[in-house]
Amino acid sequence: MQSVRTVPSFHIEPSTRWPSLGLRELWDYRELLYFLTWRDIKVRYKQTVLGAIWVIIQPLFMMLVFSLFFGRLARVPSDGIPYPVFTFCALLPWQLFAHALTESSNSLVGNQNLITKVYFPRLVVPISAVLGGLVDFAIAFVILLVLMLIYGIVPGWQIVFVPALVLLAVMAALAVGLWLSALNVQYRDVRYTINFLVQFWLFATPVAYPSSIVPEKWRLLYGLNPMVGVVDGFRWALLGKPDSLGLPLLISVIVVLTLLVGGLYYFRRLEQQFADIV
Amino acid sequence: MALFVLCVILMSNVTIRCEGLSKSYRIGASQEGYKALRDVIAEAARAPFRRFRYEARNGHENSNGHYFWALDDISFEINAGDLVGIVGRNGAGKSTLLRILSRITKPTRGRAEVHGRVGSLLEVGTGFHPELTGRENVFLNGAILGMRKSEINRKFDEIVAFAEVEKFIDTPVKRYSTGMYMRLAFGVAAHMETEILIVDEVLAVGDAQFQKKCFQRMSEIGRHGRTILFVSHNMSALRNICKQALVIDHGKLLAQGEVNHTIDHYLAQIRDDSQGDVIETRTFTVTSVEINSESSPIIKTFDPVQVKVRFVPKTVIKDPGLYVSILTMDSQRLTGLDLKDFTTTASLPPGETAELGFRIESLPLLPGSYQLEIHLKDMASGLIEIVPRTFRFEVAETEVYGGRKLDQWFGKVGLRARPLVER
Repeated sequence: MQSVRTVPSFHIEPSTRWPSLGLRELWDYRELLYFLTWRDIKVRYKQTVLGAIWVIIQPLFMMLVFSLFFGRLARVPSDGIPYPVFTFCALLPWQLFAHALTESSNSLVGNQNLITKVYFPRLVVPISAVLGGLVDFAIAFVILLVLMLIYGIVPGWQIVFVPALVLLAVMAALAVGLWLSALNVQYRDVRYTINFLVQFWLFATPVAYPSSIVPEKWRLLYGLNPMVGVVDGFRWALLGKPDSLGLPLLISVIVVLTLLVGGLYYFRRLEQQFADIV
Repeated sequence: MALFVLCVILMSNVTIRCEGLSKSYRIGASQEGYKALRDVIAEAARAPFRRFRYEARNGHENSNGHYFWALDDISFEINAGDLVGIVGRNGAGKSTLLRILSRITKPTRGRAEVHGRVGSLLEVGTGFHPELTGRENVFLNGAILGMRKSEINRKFDEIVAFAEVEKFIDTPVKRYSTGMYMRLAFGVAAHMETEILIVDEVLAVGDAQFQKKCFQRMSEIGRHGRTILFVSHNMSALRNICKQALVIDHGKLLAQGEVNHTIDHYLAQIRDDSQGDVIETRTFTVTSVEINSESSPIIKTFDPVQVKVRFVPKTVIKDPGLYVSILTMDSQRLTGLDLKDFTTTASLPPGETAELGFRIESLPLLPGSYQLEIHLKDMASGLIEIVPRTFRFEVAETEVYGGRKLDQWFGKVGLRARPLVER
């Protein structure tokens, strides 16, 4: 019964200008995606004394600092919500995004030993780097719920939208990460730009302040930053403020999808040369 | 574009077909591998509009670029189940070929068709993480090499047994000895169930026992009807494992054929090429090193042979000395001869060609490849200079005892012998 065997076959050809996205093949390599993500998580806090506690310490300290300087001293408004909860709720998606963005941007360069020695769809690398942050997020999310409990805030039905917002944050990070990781292979300047970019981006996102303080006429422009939609979405889903979302969130989604599709093509095109120039 | 399509292998038995594969690398400007944006801006200032051109496709017309063809118009076919050795000097393009067939890098021109899953082992232990345990690394590395989790689960015990690390399988690999690490890493790759296995010169790193184990495993894989492409400088391993060989030189395919014949041809050519090369050391210019049989054009076991070293001293050599050593291809010293033990030679003036050498009455080497290492000396000043390369030669596969062809299974050394019972 073994007279006919089917084996996969493929063609090797010079680089093309418009490669396919190769999503089917990416799916075939989903186990590798899982193992690389698992490796990153497993290895991250090895040989640290505090281990996974770092996951909680980082956002908690940010919250304390923000609460002290922005909440207490600068008296930044917080839509009537206790400032620590107000800012912590925004810090979670922000840190998820910032971490995912940084990790994915550096991921190809960090895994160059793999890229020059083994074949697999290169998209696996930045995607696994992005996914690695989700565990940290989940842990910090529990802390947020505890914090809300302490302040007596009960989330409404909108909480069901949190997963969708997390997905949006992850996709936003991946969208930008794809561009930057591919660029980073060729131009190591990117590595130095990322920290700067992330800091700048933090201030362009309503983490320490509510988006309501941004003048109405600038809102659309402001909404081009996809994290505005994500952070406002989080506050809306968990704290009930702002009252409604609407246009800015829609703009965020469109911006993310555009960047993501563009990033995928850009990545696939440059991917063909990664092993030669990394 | 690496498009996966399910393909049914019918009458045609071809597993790998390459047509005009070529690969060029740019040398010069981006030698560092990556660019800094500053360079690009500088370049852009010099040639506006040019930087948006799609480089990989062809920057060959680029005015300031120098291109080096690592592979130049290579075409060949390999059938399912073929065991193919690839030989060639360092930098000949062997690794580039393997990288293209493994889909790590794209050819600049030409195309190839590959039917079957490819497992490539271009480096032992790619993706191993020192902090993870042996067990964890087996799964991680397996996934990186393209194995399914179920496949790794099934092979796990075999891999661990092969690596002989049962006791340490839950210890982080950073605590492993090099040997354990290498065995485990090779073990994972060696248990892939792909139709095609591509192995670069990776086994050279381990010790002899490890190499033997790996070669055995490769022969075993070969016997199961799988296709192997194997780059090595170890000619006897190639002769043992492979049935065919490809010779690559300066990016071109020079020969393809039966393994022994092709390797002999390759070695003969290397020998011819190496003559005529002048080698400079601090005190000597070595113009030629030759080893020739007195009784035939090829060297056979027990032939009388002459080793001649011609050189020009750069200063006066008061008390010249010569040491010639015969090494195996993996650089184990088999034996050596020191001229001092036989005779004293007159002082040599600078600038004049001198010739020193030995006549070996009967060369006690079994068929295979060997190399000569040469030391030139001045005993008066205690000067010893090792000629910075070795000279390869080949002892041909011929009948030795009673018409029997001996191979390297018998070892390296041939003994002139006869049975005690006379017939």
